Amino acid sequence: MSSGPYQSWGRIDFGPQIGMRFDQRLSPLPEVETGKSILPYGNGRSYGDSCLNTGGVLIDCRHLDRFISFDPESGVLRCEAGVLLADILDMAVPRGWFLPVSPGTRLVTVGGAIANDVHGKNHHRAGTFGCHVRSFELLRSNGERLLCSPAENTEYFQATIGGLGLTGLVTWAEIQLRPVANAYIDQEVIRFHNLTEFFRLSEDSDEKFEYTVAWIDCLAKDVSLGRGLFMRGNHAPEIARTEPKAPRDGPSIPIAPPLSLVNQLSLRAFNALYYHKQRGDDDNRQVHYRPFFYPLDAIGNWNRIYGPKGFYQYQCVLPMEGGEAGMTEILRKIAAAGMGSFLAVLKIFGDKPSPGLMSFPRSGVTLALDFSNSGGKVLSLLDQLDGITSAHGGAVYPAKDARMSAELFRQAYPRLAEFSKYVDPAFSSSFWRRVEGPASQDSG
Amino acid sequence: MKNIVIFGAYSAIAEATARHLAPSGGRFFLVGRDSGKLDQVAADLKVRGATETHVFASDLAVPAGVLASIEALYGTFDTVDVALLAHGTLPDQKACEADAGQTLAAFEINGLSHIGLLTLLAERFETQGTGTIAVITSVSGDRGRQSNYVYGAAKRAVSTFLDGLRHRLAATSVQVIDIRPGFVDTPMTAAFDKGPLWASPDKVGADIARAIEKGRTVVYTPWFWRYIMLIIRNVPAFVFHKTKL
Repeated sequence: MSSGPYQSWGRIDFGPQIGMRFDQRLSPLPEVETGKSILPYGNGRSYGDSCLNTGGVLIDCRHLDRFISFDPESGVLRCEAGVLLADILDMAVPRGWFLPVSPGTRLVTVGGAIANDVHGKNHHRAGTFGCHVRSFELLRSNGERLLCSPAENTEYFQATIGGLGLTGLVTWAEIQLRPVANAYIDQEVIRFHNLTEFFRLSEDSDEKFEYTVAWIDCLAKDVSLGRGLFMRGNHAPEIARTEPKAPRDGPSIPIAPPLSLVNQLSLRAFNALYYHKQRGDDDNRQVHYRPFFYPLDAIGNWNRIYGPKGFYQYQCVLPMEGGEAGMTEILRKIAAAGMGSFLAVLKIFGDKPSPGLMSFPRSGVTLALDFSNSGGKVLSLLDQLDGITSAHGGAVYPAKDARMSAELFRQAYPRLAEFSKYVDPAFSSSFWRRVEGPASQDSG
Repeated sequence: MKNIVIFGAYSAIAEATARHLAPSGGRFFLVGRDSGKLDQVAADLKVRGATETHVFASDLAVPAGVLASIEALYGTFDTVDVALLAHGTLPDQKACEADAGQTLAAFEINGLSHIGLLTLLAERFETQGTGTIAVITSVSGDRGRQSNYVYGAAKRAVSTFLDGLRHRLAATSVQVIDIRPGFVDTPMTAAFDKGPLWASPDKVGADIARAIEKGRTVVYTPWFWRYIMLIIRNVPAFVFHKTKL
């Protein structure tokens, strides 16, 4: 048993967690009390209960973090599953290589990136993280070590990518990095005034830009509904003028304040300021990759600003067909409730398929935003959002979720039955027990 | 290009320190008991920038292991720029109290092996006139406490040895660094409940790498332990003996 407390990023209380350290990839899985399930735990950046195992045991892989090999000619990296994406960047960028796919934080482990099949601003081009995984070793509770790749143990490969850590423990993985000339991004930021403009900008940009994403002001209503800033960028072919300095991380939030600092007033002020922060409608510049990809990593433990009760994040994807209407409906609901967050992120996913059976990203439009945990009020809003997502044939992202119904999960992940065959009988999670139950028990 | 030797190379603190040293290149000679674990650390350091890695499996708890590893080291490198001594175990204090054999074994691996290695290294470093000898001791050597004095006494012996060695080598440019970590969250301390005073190996490793670069003498890591130990050393015995420390 070792160092806790284990939490997920949303800081909602799911009960005490027990962890056991696993830091030698050749070791067998730790022995646990009979009847207790196990779940790999990385850096705890999933927002809800998918990385927690209340009543069971977490296999703490944070120190399973050694590089194994790297070929600077081909960009193929093999490393243990607890290596952080940040460590990969620190090692690889000076040698001209970059992550093939970057989520919104670099503080996730490789194992977590696989288990959640994470995506980034280049989904329309590169697909998910899983698309760039060449192989990995899966340690099963019966002691078997399966080498999984698109060609070998294919079913386990597909089930483990996006498999929420339930198919066994990934000890190491081999991923294909992508070449870059330097650490900089040529970035453009364009203001847009409503949702229709967002869709038009996206369509124009996805051809010419590897990275596209939009921030929207989810408190804006009526004609301004869906206004925001569209960010797009490419890896800089060369560094402009003098090399800009690499940014330093800012302060860390040392403790959780007794109350959430995120409320209607602070939100409205922040969102309006952010929307108007640049003078013109366009702003072009070269920036370091860190502020471009990971703006929130600069504030350590930013999740604490939501106070002791934590927060929910909601991320859904709606198919393109009817997507604009669906998003309009969702944004109206959020604006009317006045409960949105600092960061509502909007992005068009492309149609590159992931190898993962349970992968969340799929062709369509995705929205992600935080909600302070104000109890019943926010839960009922989220249920209403689920209703809209479900009616449009969309899906909610398990890595962000702490409350979706079993019914919605089943509907959104049609390959669930196939996936279940590869779930390791000794593995489970709080999330899995919540959504795996009979659909009829949940009202959604 | 620096030649770096690390004894106890897969201990959490040593590994973290090496990760901070590797990006500037360097040839590493890694000593520890288990060659499989040494190979894993070597591969990791190679990816992080080490230009060369050598591993030598040896049990430093016996004098023959100390001699063999120094012999192998100088069979590989002509000179050594940085020597980091990071091996050791956390003995079970209660078991040591009941068994002199265990007490002596704890002294062997946490004190005598260091003194043996340092004796052999000192001669080489004195001749070459430059380089850094860094040794991980412990804050527990600063004052004997009922809960941990076997370990503390072994570490204190090493600290005093380092004082003398530093004195002896003062006329050369050899740096002798005594690193005293406080509570570090490693496999060695897995059985303890962790509180706010606990530091990560990465934080401690960064401090050690910086101390090696800057050539410090006595380093408390994290820094606040210097002040905690200042207080603990100065608490009068009649008060101290009432505590459970």
